[in-house]
Amino acid sequence: MATHTQTVSGTDADLRDLAATVVSRAMKGGATAAEAVVREASEFSAVVRMGEVETLKDSGSRGIGLRAFLGQRAASTYSSDFSEDGIQRLVGGALELARVTSEDAFAGIPEPDQLGSLGDLKLYYDDVYSLPPDERIDYARRAERAALEADPRIKNSDGASFDASTSQKVLANSHGFVGEFRRSSCSVYAAPIAQDANGNMQRDYWFSLSRTMAKLESAESVGREAARRTLRRLGARKIASTKVPIVLDPMVAGSILDNIFDAVNGDAIYRQSSFLMGKLGQKVAAGNITVVDDGTIPGGFGSEPFDGEGIPTRRTVVIENGVFKSYLLNNYTAKKLGLESTGNASRGLAGTPGIGSGNFYLQKGERTPQQIIGDIKQGLYVFQFLGFGVNMVTGDFSRGVSGVWIENGELTYPVEEVTVAGNLKDMLNNISEIGNDLEFRGSTAAPTLRIDGMMVAGE
Amino acid sequence: MTQNQNLFFQKFGITPNDLQRYLGEALSAGGDYADLYFEYLTSTSIRVDESIVKSASQGISAGCGVRVVSGERTGYAYTDDLAAEKILRAARTAALIARGPAKSPVQGFTEHANHQLYPIASPSADADIAAKLELVMRADRSARAYDPRIVQVRAGYFDEIRQILVIGSDGTFATDVQPMARFSVSCVAKSTESSAQGAAGGGGRVGIDFFNTDKTPEHFAQDAARQAIIQLDAREAPAGEMEVVLGPGWPGILLHEAIGHGLEADFNRKGTSAFAGMLGKRVASDKCTVVDNGTLPSRRGSINVDDEGSPTQNTVLIEKGILKGYLSDKLSARLMGVPDTGNGRRESYAHIPMPRMTNTYMLAGDDSPEDIIRSVKRGVYAVNFGGGQVDITNGKFVFSASEAYMIENGQVTAPLKNCTLIGNGPDALTKVSMVGSDLQLDEGVGTCGKDGQSVPVGVGIPTLKLDSMTVGGTAR
Repeated sequence: MATHTQTVSGTDADLRDLAATVVSRAMKGGATAAEAVVREASEFSAVVRMGEVETLKDSGSRGIGLRAFLGQRAASTYSSDFSEDGIQRLVGGALELARVTSEDAFAGIPEPDQLGSLGDLKLYYDDVYSLPPDERIDYARRAERAALEADPRIKNSDGASFDASTSQKVLANSHGFVGEFRRSSCSVYAAPIAQDANGNMQRDYWFSLSRTMAKLESAESVGREAARRTLRRLGARKIASTKVPIVLDPMVAGSILDNIFDAVNGDAIYRQSSFLMGKLGQKVAAGNITVVDDGTIPGGFGSEPFDGEGIPTRRTVVIENGVFKSYLLNNYTAKKLGLESTGNASRGLAGTPGIGSGNFYLQKGERTPQQIIGDIKQGLYVFQFLGFGVNMVTGDFSRGVSGVWIENGELTYPVEEVTVAGNLKDMLNNISEIGNDLEFRGSTAAPTLRIDGMMVAGE
Repeated sequence: MTQNQNLFFQKFGITPNDLQRYLGEALSAGGDYADLYFEYLTSTSIRVDESIVKSASQGISAGCGVRVVSGERTGYAYTDDLAAEKILRAARTAALIARGPAKSPVQGFTEHANHQLYPIASPSADADIAAKLELVMRADRSARAYDPRIVQVRAGYFDEIRQILVIGSDGTFATDVQPMARFSVSCVAKSTESSAQGAAGGGGRVGIDFFNTDKTPEHFAQDAARQAIIQLDAREAPAGEMEVVLGPGWPGILLHEAIGHGLEADFNRKGTSAFAGMLGKRVASDKCTVVDNGTLPSRRGSINVDDEGSPTQNTVLIEKGILKGYLSDKLSARLMGVPDTGNGRRESYAHIPMPRMTNTYMLAGDDSPEDIIRSVKRGVYAVNFGGGQVDITNGKFVFSASEAYMIENGQVTAPLKNCTLIGNGPDALTKVSMVGSDLQLDEGVGTCGKDGQSVPVGVGIPTLKLDSMTVGGTAR
């Protein structure tokens, strides 16, 4: 593979100029406000399986998106064509579309005094491409080998990979705001397959993700942890339906945080599509629960110096000691709800800004996962959710799970092909224990959680 | 000359000689096979929300992906700039996967007659934006008129035209112009006691006329509103194993999750699927015959050629309960020594193709849907689903019912809250005891995700009875 993955065809100044030019051309074309985003990205991926290279991918891409306003009407366009002809179509198309959309009293870009950037949040390290190509492949190969060598029951592999990427984003608007930032990431992943004496197979995975090679975990530690996770599933069985406490490992607890995010975001609130609608200021979770969104953490996977509309990101306490304190809002939903934006606009190239989280987490508790499990006479330790059975309007929750049965405070045999069900409104109030093991492996994170009173459906 | 040739040869000035040169560069370090996938995609989306069209969006993306295959190894690079030097650079990058003397591609290309699966008088993309806007407004009005308890309505219209050119070092030359249109409606209903949601949608490789004649905005709007209103009175779903009846159409997501993914050739070549090594063995009751058919006219999952330039086919996966075949692409066909079934698909030029489903469905049986329901003493009748997921390796799959009812003593009774059904792929279909005569395909909403790549698919079943399945509710 190419040692140098610099696919950026222009310089930073070129991208800034391009974003600003597109905005000014939209304004000259009759727009009353405009906002452009330019994104340039490169990616490298090496996938290894059973010691051999399976795929190598090395490429870059770029794109531009424009949002144009004619008074209170808005429309947007995007393109990967940076030619004169392409830019003309981008601008002309947005203005033409904006003529047919409806007047919306709340449409618009933020006010000038809302705009700004937090500057360098340590999101970019050029060392993610520093390894020579053969060593990148070797990183994946070592992770897989560590998994395969961990136990003779690991006989196959769904592959291991090393990935690196960088991206640069420029946002400009007709108030004269031009902001930019770069981000980098690198990751190593392994997915071994174990087989028991009856020929039944199980697969699991583990990974490490970092903004810099300097903090990427070793290939060997990732491979060994992937092996441990896979082996603990061997011999899994179904259990009879029962109502018992469940303990969520941090990875699946994180997906409950995703559900909370979906329920507190302003889009769901104003559309009356959230089970937490109308609950601001009320107790919605157990008294030990504090949930924070913070887009400002240096090096964080969810950090950005400004949001998708140019508003500086911030720290927002969403739930404090069980009380619902704040929605997460972009400019539009803030105006809609008569509140201030929380700097949570997310902006791809296409369409209108949505709402995205920064680093969204549940504050850790004091007890170890072992202590939490140790208290439970009978229960289910869950390490995988399967499917999408969550209804955000009602809070109804029903998902497939895999895990390990807890008996007298000990993890015993693995369990699969069962579901757990309840309602998120109750589940948040029934979180009775919070682990001390909070760790960010993405922009959303939670420690180990114990939830009481859920129904496990099996035989 | 096809439209594609016009596009890529004329708009981007690419010549047949250029294509030979790119393939030559891709094989400059050896390798068994190289191909180039050119894509030019235009799309439009328009949404109504709170009875106004808050925004509309249009976009263009274009690019070329270069793949070099050497044994089981694949090198891949792409560019969103179709200038010759950029494509050559991508070809050189992909070529680094192979380590050997240069190979020559076959000289000259062979273009085969394509299926003609999407005969559209006027593609949606050409229709006036005002006409699309009127469609979403009609949906909004219709859903709100359905019942005063409908408090929120969102409707969206989306269309795209994907133009592709695929060339391969084996002489493959294929072009296609793939239209797609999709309509979606979601509603929130509120009563004094509860809230609920309903969603409906559909479309296919159709023109805008489809939404004025076949499936109107009112059809989707009323279906979404109906589901939301029904859900207001839903009760707790039961928990545990019981008889399950699946309604016709979209509940065919059962096949997609329970067996479809497990039969994709890449998983079986690598021995990572619970179905590996089961060809010729019984995986379903003898009432079950399941196919994957990419050649159904106008369907969302249909394509004239796959993303490797191979014609799509009607492939029998399960015949009277016996596993007959896998879904393959060029790579797995060559490595496994099986035919290429034309299932090599990819999300875009930035993605490596792999075996994917098209339209996966079970053929109709002899049982009447009424008899099927009458035969159930206590069970669940599931007619609409959200999404599903499968763990390929252990075979466990789930799919979540968004509209379901209790069946008690042969009668459909109370609506149930959302619940997930869970099963084991290799034996779920062995529990199929009745197969209805009422095969239906879904209305055209399915999107399948695999390894981070999304592609449009279709599913279908007749009314089916499974003697036992675990229902993931909360009630005893």
